[in-house]
Amino acid sequence: MNPTLAGILFIGALILALALVHRPLGDYMYRVYTSPRHLGVERLMYRLLGVQPDTEQKWSVYARGVLAFSAVSLLVLYGLQRLQDKLFLSVGMEPVTDHIAWNTAVSFVTNTNWQAYSGESTMGYLVQMSGLAVQNFVSAAVGMAVAMALVRGFARKSTDQLGNFWVDLVRGTLRILVPIAFVGAIVLVSGGLIQNFADPHTVNTLAGAQQTITGGPVASQEVIKELGTNGGGFYNANSAHPFENATSWTNWVEIFLILLIPFAMPRTFGKVVGDVRQGYAIVAVMGTLALLSVVLTNTFELAHNGTVPQAVGAAMEGKEARFGIMNSATFGAATTLTSTGAVNSFHDSYTALGGMMTMFNMMLGEVAPGGVGAGLYGMLMLAVITVFVAGLMVGRTPEYLGKKIGSREIKFAALYFLTTPILVLVGTALAMASPEHRASMLNTGPHGLSEVLYAFTSASNNNGSAFGGLTVNTPWYDVALGLAMLFGRFLPIIFVLGLAGSLARQSPVPASAGTLPTHRPQFVGMVVGVTVILVALTFLPALALGPLAEGLQ
Amino acid sequence: MERLPSWVRQHLAALRALLVLTLLTGAIYPLLVTGVAQALFNGKANGSIIEKDGKPVGSSLIGQSFTDADGKPIARYFQSRPSAAGDGYDPTSTSASNLGPEDIIDTLPVPGAKDDEGNPDEGTQSLLTQVCTRSKAVGELEGVSGARPYCTADGVGAVLKVFPDRAVSVNQACPATPFTPTYKGLPVECGKPGEDYAAGRTVPIRGNARAVVPADAVTASGSGLDPHISVAYAELQAPRIARERGLPIDRIRNLINTNTTPRALGFMGEPAVNVLQLNLALDKA
Repeated sequence: MNPTLAGILFIGALILALALVHRPLGDYMYRVYTSPRHLGVERLMYRLLGVQPDTEQKWSVYARGVLAFSAVSLLVLYGLQRLQDKLFLSVGMEPVTDHIAWNTAVSFVTNTNWQAYSGESTMGYLVQMSGLAVQNFVSAAVGMAVAMALVRGFARKSTDQLGNFWVDLVRGTLRILVPIAFVGAIVLVSGGLIQNFADPHTVNTLAGAQQTITGGPVASQEVIKELGTNGGGFYNANSAHPFENATSWTNWVEIFLILLIPFAMPRTFGKVVGDVRQGYAIVAVMGTLALLSVVLTNTFELAHNGTVPQAVGAAMEGKEARFGIMNSATFGAATTLTSTGAVNSFHDSYTALGGMMTMFNMMLGEVAPGGVGAGLYGMLMLAVITVFVAGLMVGRTPEYLGKKIGSREIKFAALYFLTTPILVLVGTALAMASPEHRASMLNTGPHGLSEVLYAFTSASNNNGSAFGGLTVNTPWYDVALGLAMLFGRFLPIIFVLGLAGSLARQSPVPASAGTLPTHRPQFVGMVVGVTVILVALTFLPALALGPLAEGLQ
Repeated sequence: MERLPSWVRQHLAALRALLVLTLLTGAIYPLLVTGVAQALFNGKANGSIIEKDGKPVGSSLIGQSFTDADGKPIARYFQSRPSAAGDGYDPTSTSASNLGPEDIIDTLPVPGAKDDEGNPDEGTQSLLTQVCTRSKAVGELEGVSGARPYCTADGVGAVLKVFPDRAVSVNQACPATPFTPTYKGLPVECGKPGEDYAAGRTVPIRGNARAVVPADAVTASGSGLDPHISVAYAELQAPRIARERGLPIDRIRNLINTNTTPRALGFMGEPAVNVLQLNLALDKA
């Protein structure tokens, strides 16, 4: 079969599979988050936690729960890394350096999974399995919980109750993530991913040299890394490593897992607000942006413009033979469109414009379809901004799902949108202003700027992929990127929950002839337009100095 | 408990939640997966180890170098792709090169100069020169043309820095003969190590070469552990293997066929030849 046709079928098969599962999964998640009944094991867990599962919380209490849980997670994960040599299953690894441990703890708690370390030479099995992988689950569950709180804000009227954070956290983990992860892990092992606790051991190769075969509980971590849109690999080479992504079909499964929950959440949203068409509109916005981006990334990589790709005859540097160009590009687009950041090929060596697409995907704000939970609440924020812009055009008070978007609401939405660009641009400017931090760039010229811009874009948007050339395990980058991840995660969460609180308090206004319908293609087109225009206005100057300057020579 | 301030109670609940969820997702879940995986897919869960004469020689998923102690290709084995993992195919240091598409200018080694640790200055090869060098080496090994676009005949990147009065072939260290004597009427000089040419305009020269050596043979993979090569690269190597081993070429082609993983379901990924398995099959042939 012609490689291009095969690459298109690969994308088509993903779309078909997602279209088939988004409804049942979305409906299932709706039941998980709205059912009044607790499972027996959940009751036991609530008793151990010391919380009342049937009391609901107002937005500030819900937010404090999120922050308290994340703060404790941060401390425990930091401690676990610093003390790993004193605990069991460290497979001989030293304690992690303070700045790397801080960076990594923030990185996994914020669902970013930026990796300033190299897995196979830094992290023992205990830290990987009981520290990092745990955060892969719970940080994803936190994202989903916050999204559900916002959705309840739209759905409820005249109340300050948004649900119970502890219940949302436990249910998301226990009823959604763990079951899918378990099945997925076994499927991936059947493809060749490893799952053992063997120490790294040496073999004599055919050519008479020695090679160390590494071990570890990889599959169980790989699956949640994709499903929870986390992205932090067991190994430095991430999903390019054959033990993390063994075959061309495990590659497909991993992309499917990345996109699974983010594309199903709009269905859940539609069910909760009592109008599934609203969910279809949101998923249409996500799908349009995602498809455009996947097609463009594939096109740029296939065209292989640029001196080295032309010399090679294909954009093959940093890509695996079993995946080939197109399946690598599709993975690259999926991982940056969601806040995953796993990589099966190295974006630094992509063509200038292909690499720019991965950066642009993150700059969209991780909404197409974005991270688990985070993608939905990000997209709803953009929908709020869109109805506001539309309201300005016709001169009437905007409303969305029967809720008035007044000055308080639009302030939360605007603050939400402004957070990441400020972190990205200020962070990049600070790094570029210092010769010492510029020295971390591997490549020179525009490509070097791309490396730094990519790093701050990835951290602030909680993506976690990298233009890997940048040497980031310096104290300054570890601290600066750690702060970018921290603020890039929790400031938006506070604004989302604040907005949810003020929406829930309102009683809905009945739709009138002047109400903008938010379930029609017209609205879908407007949200797509607003998203692209906002992002382009914000980041075009920076992109022009980096990948555009390089790619349009 | 009730007498504690509410923020303390909240953090205590958070800590308990983390511990309970760690028990669930950080202990029970991975152990359960390990148990099932070990029971159902024992070989795969343990790394798809391949044995020869009862001794493990590696993993069918992890590529190996087929070079001798000096790093020279062993002629009777199929060669893997270039690797950026450590010194090549080192699973304790997996990595890609991370070099960009316009990384085309070398830092030439200055003869006699030492680096901070007292080792001789080796300079830095750009990605383009790495590609050209590999292409030339593969061409020589397989007895075909190693020429490529943007490469000089001596196997470095064909890149000029153009100044008002002259042009410099920056990757060709003096006393090399520049790949072209003139550029738009300007004389072309060889590159002087240590000289700063940053002020010149960068002009890569495509030339009219057509590459025979396949793309995967001149590029490093993402993991540095790529166990596969393309079918084209395997076929390029087949005549040499047949000659070295005194086997008919059809036999070699058959072995390539049987060790090629086709696209999964006919459309996923690319057909790829597993080098370690192929070489093991050769040793048995």
